[in-house]
Amino acid sequence: MQQIIDQLTAQAGAALAAAGDRQSLAAFWQEYLSRNGKVAGLMKELRNVAPEERPAAGKIINECKARLTADYEAAAARIEAAELARRNAAEAVDITLPAKRRALGGLHPITLVKNQIIDVFAGMGFEVYEGPEIEDDDHNFTRLNVPRNHPARDMQDTFYVTDDLLLRTQTSPGQIRTMDAEKPPIKVLVPGRVFRSDSDATHSPMFHQMEGLVVDKGITLCDLQGMLDKLVQALFDESAHTRLRPSYFPFTEPSVEVDVSCCECGGKGCPLCKGTGWIEVLGGGVVNRKVLENCGIDPDVYSGIAFGIGIERIAMLKYGINNIGLLFENDLRFLRQFQE
Amino acid sequence: MKLPYSWLKQYVDIDITPEELEKRLFSCGFEVEERIELSAGISRVVVGQITHMEKQEGTDHLHVCTVDCGEEYGRDLVISTGAPNIFDGAKVPVALDGATLPGGITIKKRKMRGVESNGMMCSGQELGLTEDLYPGAEVYGLLILPEDTPLGADICQVTGLDDTIFDVSITSNRPDCQSILGMAREVAALLGKPLKMPATDYTVTAEGDDSIRVQVDAPDLCPRYLAHYVRNIRPGTSPRWMRRNLALAGLRSISNVVDITNYVLLEIGQPMHAFDLDKVAGRHITVRRAAPGEKIVTLDEKEFTLTENNLVISDEEKPVALAGVMGGLNSGISDDSRQLLFECATFARDSVRKTSRALGQNSDSSARYEKGVDQYRTELGLRRALHLIQELDCGDITPTCFDCGGDNTPAPTVVTATPAQINGVLGIAVPADEMKAILQRLEFTVEDNDGTWTVTAPRYREDVEGYPDLAEEVIREYGYDKLTPTFLKTAAVTTGGLNGAQKAQMKLKRLLCGQGCFEASTLAFYSPADLDALHLPADDPARKVIPILNPISVHLSIMRTLLAPSMLKVIVDNLKKGNGAGRLFEMGNVYLPKQLPLTELPKERMTLCLGVFGPEEDFFTVKGLMEAIGEAFGVQLRYERDNVCWLHPGMTASVWCGDVKIGVFGKLANDVTAELKIAKDEKAGQNIYLAELDWEAFSGCVPSLVRYKPLSEFAPVRRDLALVCDEAVACGDIEACMRDASKLVTGTALFDIYRGERLGEGKKSLAFTLTFHADDRALTDEEVDAAVRKILKKLDGMGVTLRS
Repeated sequence: MQQIIDQLTAQAGAALAAAGDRQSLAAFWQEYLSRNGKVAGLMKELRNVAPEERPAAGKIINECKARLTADYEAAAARIEAAELARRNAAEAVDITLPAKRRALGGLHPITLVKNQIIDVFAGMGFEVYEGPEIEDDDHNFTRLNVPRNHPARDMQDTFYVTDDLLLRTQTSPGQIRTMDAEKPPIKVLVPGRVFRSDSDATHSPMFHQMEGLVVDKGITLCDLQGMLDKLVQALFDESAHTRLRPSYFPFTEPSVEVDVSCCECGGKGCPLCKGTGWIEVLGGGVVNRKVLENCGIDPDVYSGIAFGIGIERIAMLKYGINNIGLLFENDLRFLRQFQE
Repeated sequence: MKLPYSWLKQYVDIDITPEELEKRLFSCGFEVEERIELSAGISRVVVGQITHMEKQEGTDHLHVCTVDCGEEYGRDLVISTGAPNIFDGAKVPVALDGATLPGGITIKKRKMRGVESNGMMCSGQELGLTEDLYPGAEVYGLLILPEDTPLGADICQVTGLDDTIFDVSITSNRPDCQSILGMAREVAALLGKPLKMPATDYTVTAEGDDSIRVQVDAPDLCPRYLAHYVRNIRPGTSPRWMRRNLALAGLRSISNVVDITNYVLLEIGQPMHAFDLDKVAGRHITVRRAAPGEKIVTLDEKEFTLTENNLVISDEEKPVALAGVMGGLNSGISDDSRQLLFECATFARDSVRKTSRALGQNSDSSARYEKGVDQYRTELGLRRALHLIQELDCGDITPTCFDCGGDNTPAPTVVTATPAQINGVLGIAVPADEMKAILQRLEFTVEDNDGTWTVTAPRYREDVEGYPDLAEEVIREYGYDKLTPTFLKTAAVTTGGLNGAQKAQMKLKRLLCGQGCFEASTLAFYSPADLDALHLPADDPARKVIPILNPISVHLSIMRTLLAPSMLKVIVDNLKKGNGAGRLFEMGNVYLPKQLPLTELPKERMTLCLGVFGPEEDFFTVKGLMEAIGEAFGVQLRYERDNVCWLHPGMTASVWCGDVKIGVFGKLANDVTAELKIAKDEKAGQNIYLAELDWEAFSGCVPSLVRYKPLSEFAPVRRDLALVCDEAVACGDIEACMRDASKLVTGTALFDIYRGERLGEGKKSLAFTLTFHADDRALTDEEVDAAVRKILKKLDGMGVTLRS
């Protein structure tokens, strides 16, 4: 019996070693380990073994079966692994082929800058108000303390649609509209398109401004600078800071021109800041008492600060754009360069 | 405004450098736009004396000279020159080897006709000098210097080229600084130095004339009019100092009397005019509004026809000056003039500006008047002019003078303020003493009554109105760098951020970006031709546009009523630049007048425009964008075939939400495309799609609340149906019919369209997957079969059958 078994084991081992795929493996199983297979056949042979030798014979048959089964499973695992490897190899792709997707579009740099400014001030509790782009003289000039004979009213600068109606030259009328509708405390931003009849490398007849207004008790020029420091830090970098210097706007008194430390050289002086270390970015000041009065707010109780910032100017500085016209050409090669 | 450093120093002892002064001016509100160094570009040019000269052999005009430039630069430099005016012993400017001259010229040792020349002797013009800056500068030849000029001295010091001119920008609230004296006053305050006022004394030396009369008929436009009679005019050239100052400030010397008026204009900021009294008919001056149609020829020989909006100075017959703008040619001072009447007036700035603008005529005078001239300057100016007449000895001053409006001069502004109020504006604590000192330096008087100040502004400071102005004066001098930034420490806490509508707009923009669209930004105005390009008929509602009264050009002359023309231009521009495909969008207002001409603010409607182009795009990719928008906002959109003149008649849809029309989209009409200025063979250029949607209408359809709908326990059943129909039958109609036929139909999805010979000409086959579902039960095959039969029966009624 032992001899038969040894012979069978040797045959089976050879067959298993030769099995390279699932079919030959199945054939092996059929031949040796199935109910009608050769191992089962050995069991049937037990009948012909002397009764006293049967337990020993049975034992070695069972051992043989267990060994063959284990060998079979090992071979199955090997074949499966080989097949998986083959399939994987066949399915492998050139991962450097281009992706399949619709390319993303993007927001206009003006919108990006506008959103950044709104983000800064929204965190400080500013609401956002958008007023009409065609305004009346009263809101755009008179109530902002721009006197009748002020040069800003000249036909050279302002687009008129009637004697009294005009394309707003600034977002400042938003101050008046806000103060007409709300009483202090007021914190509001007024972004929007504004229009002036001016057109060259640094001027577009339409551009975007963002007005900011705070009216509350005890608001000072120091608050304006503190607030604008936060703005320039968010727009440029953490170390950016502002410098105020005297200027004149009819709707603020005192009025200031606000410079930011040069974002290119950090204040050391470079071509961008013309060696001064500072770049002019916006104008502002303490709200003129007459403007508060014009809106029914008592200037002896409340005070305010206001600023107006040119969005294009910031976008040009931030992104190094040297001609304002690029912002209105909408060349896709240009627009693709901006992501949030 | 041009501010010469040397002239400024005549009124203030300035002990800082021009660079330092520029910084100090900047910090107190006067930006120096340009600092012009007269010596710019000049180096190694020194005084030399010709000690020997001889004709250079073989030339007809060159001289070889030996030049003594002193110990430091060489006692016997050999220099060739072609200048005709040289002589032995002449002192001249010598540009040494390596010297530079204005205009980027470098002088090098070189051979001239075989003789080594060690530099160049210079003319005045080569140094940038003019006759007014330095007499003799414009002679033909070398600049001959005075005999006592030290050898080897720097030529810039010797000729006054070591000077600086500041081009200062003056804000419109400070017209009082539109003069050398005005700026000197600021500089004096800034440096804490006394201001040396120019002399204004004079004595009457000649007899008056009672026959002269002056009257103002329009006091509203001319609040003050001073005139003074000067006899025995002695025309001549002005002294060197006056010519130099005028030249530094950019004016040419003409003759002593005219120079005096210009000098006062620059020095005091007071425009003046001198009439030749022999040419003033009736010796009678009237300041009045012009009669309509009246004409005047101004000094620059231009004729103007006037209206009653123009203020003129006239004699008994004719206008002799355009008030505040320019004198008349008929009455100006000439070399033959023997007697003059000085005019020194305050004209209303608005009046001068309007006249100047309307006639397109401006001058140094009108520029000053437009910014504002105060009566303090008017009084000072006339006295200064009379003093100069006497100083230059070019006329005899008479007692005959006139002061119209002098009894009605505006009182100086008085402001009541406390130091606390002033500090309340600033946010820092400037010591009261310091404040007072600053105000006094600026010539304000401060009267202290127990801590409440009565502050009187100087007469020339017409801009001061209240204590915030004082705060500005204080911080201007005290220094903005002393402010300590604070962060709204007294302000109430408020909520902020975008409101719902603003957030929705941003959401839309970001959604479109995710769909591959780039945001465009275009101008809000365009040209009627842009509407023509879309073939809009004359009666189209979009033709009801708001025109701009004063456009820059016709290209930007009407407010837009559609965004599509702007978008189309953007697409065409991109195609021209070789950007063959793209998706763009813009959100902007269209301006819709309620009536024309406008009587009230127009309606501004926020509009979304999409522009999609390129070979990969078709009607349905754009429809996909519509669907994405609808889906993002929870709005079910539907489409109807529509007709829009600028869109393809077979590829135009209007977009609806229920009964609300949101807008239109489609392919650009072939006839519009054909006229675009783009390459005709380019495929991309023939495939342009536009959408114009009313964002407000859409927003109105967005459901405000999202409510959860319970999920069904029962699985849906799907059946595929292949149908055959005529080409003309719309897919959407079939889908609607199928939905109508059975309530169990919850979805109809087209998955194939087939056309072929087996179907026959003009037929198509559409294959749908239908979804059947009921909330309350699992559907049986029998139920679904019955539903399909109902559907087929209903479809049959519209000529749609099951494909066999």
